[in-house]
Amino acid sequence: MRRDLLKYLSVVCFGWCLLSPSNAQTTVPANKVFRFVPHANLAVLDPIWTTAYVTRNHGYMIYDTLFSEDAKGKIQPQMVQSHSTSKDGKVWTFKLRSGLAFHDGKPVTSEDVAASLKRWASRDAMGGVLFNFVDKLETPEADTLRMVLKEPCAIVLEALGKASSNVPFIMPARIAATPGTEQIKEHIGSGPFVFKAEEFKPGSVAVYERNTKYVPRSEPPSGLAGGRPVNFDRVEWVIIRDPQTQFNAILAGEVDMVEQPSFEQYETLKKTAGVKMDDFAPAGFQYIMRFNHLHPPFNNPKIRQAAMLAVGQQAFINTQVGVPELVRLCRSIYPCSSLYADENTPGFTGVANPAKARELLKEAGYDGRPIVMMRPTDLSAITKLPLVAKQQLEAAGFKVDLQQMDWASLVARRAKKEPPAQGGWNMFFTTWSAQDIDSPLSSAMLNAKGAAGWFGWQDEPRIEALKAKFARAQEVSERKKIASGIQALVYETAAYVPLGEYRNPTVMRNNVSGLLQTPGIPVMWGLAKR
Amino acid sequence: MTTFLIRRLLAVLPVLLVVSLLVFFMLRLAPGDPAAVIAGNNATSEDIAQIRERMGLDQPIPMQYARWLKQVVQGDLGYSYYLSKPVTALVAQRLEPTLSLALGTVLLAVCIAVPLGSLAAWRMGGWLDRGLSAFSVAGFSVPVFVIAYLLIYVFAMQLQWLPVQGYKPLGGPQSQGTWAWMRQLILPWLTLSTVYVALIARITRASVSEALQEDYIRTARAKGLSEQTVLVRHALANAAVPIVTVVGIGVALLIGGVVVTETVFAIPGLGSLTVDAVLNRDFPVIQGLVLLFSLSYVLINLLVDSSYVWLDPRIRH
Repeated sequence: MRRDLLKYLSVVCFGWCLLSPSNAQTTVPANKVFRFVPHANLAVLDPIWTTAYVTRNHGYMIYDTLFSEDAKGKIQPQMVQSHSTSKDGKVWTFKLRSGLAFHDGKPVTSEDVAASLKRWASRDAMGGVLFNFVDKLETPEADTLRMVLKEPCAIVLEALGKASSNVPFIMPARIAATPGTEQIKEHIGSGPFVFKAEEFKPGSVAVYERNTKYVPRSEPPSGLAGGRPVNFDRVEWVIIRDPQTQFNAILAGEVDMVEQPSFEQYETLKKTAGVKMDDFAPAGFQYIMRFNHLHPPFNNPKIRQAAMLAVGQQAFINTQVGVPELVRLCRSIYPCSSLYADENTPGFTGVANPAKARELLKEAGYDGRPIVMMRPTDLSAITKLPLVAKQQLEAAGFKVDLQQMDWASLVARRAKKEPPAQGGWNMFFTTWSAQDIDSPLSSAMLNAKGAAGWFGWQDEPRIEALKAKFARAQEVSERKKIASGIQALVYETAAYVPLGEYRNPTVMRNNVSGLLQTPGIPVMWGLAKR
Repeated sequence: MTTFLIRRLLAVLPVLLVVSLLVFFMLRLAPGDPAAVIAGNNATSEDIAQIRERMGLDQPIPMQYARWLKQVVQGDLGYSYYLSKPVTALVAQRLEPTLSLALGTVLLAVCIAVPLGSLAAWRMGGWLDRGLSAFSVAGFSVPVFVIAYLLIYVFAMQLQWLPVQGYKPLGGPQSQGTWAWMRQLILPWLTLSTVYVALIARITRASVSEALQEDYIRTARAKGLSEQTVLVRHALANAAVPIVTVVGIGVALLIGGVVVTETVFAIPGLGSLTVDAVLNRDFPVIQGLVLLFSLSYVLINLLVDSSYVWLDPRIRH
């Protein structure tokens, strides 16, 4: 009896396996589905609430912007058909393109634009600077927005066409009415892809479908600007945390593109058949070393100067990246490929000079107290930097107390203003995407408002005064001069130290083409699959 | 039996209360701040303080605990700081992959290990027994991720029989059928079951070989029963208690193994949810998951204890 029951169960199980129906839609041809592995888990979907790059990239999938940056770094109209400025430079009028519609079918209006810009400005540093100039936003027509300024401002287009977090994405007014400190609940834009909320599984997959009603601009795509032709019916962002699994998945053809393969796999991937390396973000990233200006020893500018002299960029980029063709020495605080880059830096060579650093340290009266240096052990992108810094600083006579922690502990600790002995810190490291630091107004390290400023709390009114002047400077040449002046102050006061630049090319299957070079954003338009 | 079950079930409550208390206070006292993670790289200390205030993290810890406990009693595990979703919804979304992985692993391990261990005991000193000893040593020694990468290399990369990563649901609108579900899980099952096969097979071998020395086995053989009946009906049945105990412990220990396996095979289960929550200091999610894991641990133990009564009449009487 029991034996019969087992036999029956086996037959039922086997039959169920073979005959169980598939509920999934399998009608989309293989070349119309694109599987992409982003560099991080897409958890938060509100690109105004968070500055996370992965959320910003998600924003570019579903939202549109008034202006966008082209491949040459110029700001070009995107949702805007035409714009004009009054003679006194205080009134800007923007006319929207016709036919723009949100994914819910409703037309994009100037009310939506005004609400979106207000929410963005409540969170973004550059947006905040712009809105300090804004007197009011008017919506005389459904397709016309008027920005009335208190005084002329030179960064209107630069801010509205800002490529990186937070990006002034346009969303329906009812959604944009959510305070910037709260996450939005609906994800409706007017961009080239529609977000499939019902298929979203944080930590697993995010699904987008082609926005069939999207009307791209007629110009060819260039950077983030121009037309946004979509060649896929469905795009899946597949979350794979383990770099080795990412590597295996792309070789096996289970995914079409991995945004940031690890540097250790670079040489192997380059030689592997079936895949190719390409770079959508040639401007790359910059490593930095930040001092805490509040507490000894780095409340002494001379000791900060000594530390700056003690470290050399080459060792950092060699150790952390290890691929010569992907790294670049750069003495400018602005990325070396950017508009305001200036390598004429008498105060900073980027080459370690331990002898001179030791001399300066002695002169500054360093008392030998250990520097509390924070090292994030779980963030592979920067985990080796503190090890190099420790070695170089010790060679110059510093004492270093290297404290290991995870990134979540580090970000909590770096917000503490207490002395290092009471849970504070002296030094930490991070990395920035080039477009986040290519302007004095967007770079967090140039926030020199003391206790109200960025972690490290530099109090340098001269930098703040130059930034205000920068926002008012109408000519590019004048702005370049001011940007260089800010850089000179950064090195004079040793506000922080740039540790070199690097690129992190993407890997794609050989049958994928059309990757656009952008200011650091992996865009899914323009791409095609054979 | 009913009184025993009721008494044991009631004993679960203080255990969960202590666990919740420990987890809640340990998380609050540990380094790291969810507000700082949420605020991002551009934030200032003031931004972080504002977020802390909005999330209620600036209130006294006992007050935060009392509020959370009240929610839990009402069946609400709270709201994820980071994912902006109810913890119960997140758990529900991730339960299927983890249950599929864990139950499949246990089933596979038991199906392989018990016959293997019994046969090794029956032919002690033979090639099977020696082979099992060697396999057990390897199974215990080799880390889960090494086994995973080896299996992926052979079966997914070289032979291309199975996929490298991912999960296809068994039910729901995204299901592609049972075979698609199984195909994704074969390598994770094999990976995770290796150590359990080693563990259960060793215990089975020891228990069955001990039972085979007993007088009732000699009696059974003297009665003329076949060796198969002697082994299965007499030796294995009497050796079941330690085997069930080790299977129970194995299920509880699976929680750790599941985290690694889910990461390597990119399976969106409770393991990867736990890792993300810990890295982001998403307190409500960590608290909810630890409570859930504790509850399952206690219930598995209860199930194992109850099975003794069913397996061994001496305990029942």
